[in-house]
Amino acid sequence: MSFNEEFAGERDGLKAGAELRKDEVLRPIDGDLSLVGTEFAQALENFRLSIHAWSEAEYSRPRTAVKTVRQRSWRLAAGWALGCVLVAGSVSGGIYERHHRQELARIAAAQQAEQQRVAREQRAREEEDLLAKVDSEVSREVPSAMEPLAQLMAEDETK
Amino acid sequence: MTKATAEEIAGRELETAAQEFASVVASHRPQIFRFLLSSTRDVDLAETLTQECFLKAHRNWGSFRGDSSAMTWLMRIAINLQKDYWRNRRMQFWRHTQTNSVDMDEASEWLPSGERSAEQQLLAREQVGRVWESVKGLSERQRTVFLLRYVEEQELSEIARATGLSEGTVKAHLSRAVAKVRAELGGKR
Repeated sequence: MSFNEEFAGERDGLKAGAELRKDEVLRPIDGDLSLVGTEFAQALENFRLSIHAWSEAEYSRPRTAVKTVRQRSWRLAAGWALGCVLVAGSVSGGIYERHHRQELARIAAAQQAEQQRVAREQRAREEEDLLAKVDSEVSREVPSAMEPLAQLMAEDETK
Repeated sequence: MTKATAEEIAGRELETAAQEFASVVASHRPQIFRFLLSSTRDVDLAETLTQECFLKAHRNWGSFRGDSSAMTWLMRIAINLQKDYWRNRRMQFWRHTQTNSVDMDEASEWLPSGERSAEQQLLAREQVGRVWESVKGLSERQRTVFLLRYVEEQELSEIARATGLSEGTVKAHLSRAVAKVRAELGGKR
């Protein structure tokens, strides 16, 4: 049995009622000759027929309108874009709010530190004034005429 | 008068070219679709690539010199398109989620029922499924050559012209592909 006869018989069985064109018969090439009549050749033929049947079915299948698909994909894209904008907005808003609060706290802390520094300086100045006042008052208790006597008393005490 | 005649001639030539191209589309579109479907196992992708193939062919119809047959020329465009597609897809990190290829079982469901018994049909379906599995494991070039030979039943010279390879290289790829498929089928038997 020749290669073509082998396959023609197989194809007749598969395509009952369908017309068989002459050019449908697989012509062997050098490497194919070893395949003649084998189970492998049958598998290849079934594979070919399967793809032809699938392709024919899909080719003649009515197609859905492209517009619907586009609209859906447009809506999907718009939905995703809106979602992304909302997420990005809320995230950046949160970050801005946190940063703003940190900034306010930093300013408040700086102001408080400045107030404390001013108060400390004020207190120090007041203490200095008080000491100066006490010094001047104490120095006025001993009159200048009595100063040599006061010195002598001080020398006696040391002795 | 002369100008009007030249315009008329140009118009007629355009009309003839359009008619020629329309007849090429009508006669070769199913085959191009079939080849792309078997290469990708993705119906939508095969349709898209078929459209692109004929769009490209239409744009370059004027430069088609007829050195090879229109079918070979179209097949060459289709092969390049699917090559580009796979190359671009390799660059996409989300490729695993984007694939619409049907699995082997679904692809092997397609078989003309004919007058076979249920058992014969089951056996044939199993065989087809195993061939699909082994074809999946072939390199891109081996798969193209294998499909052109055993699905499109093209001659070696036609395959060589369509793929841009020499006949010797085509033969080598084909023999390696056949050996792999045969080994796969034999191993699982």
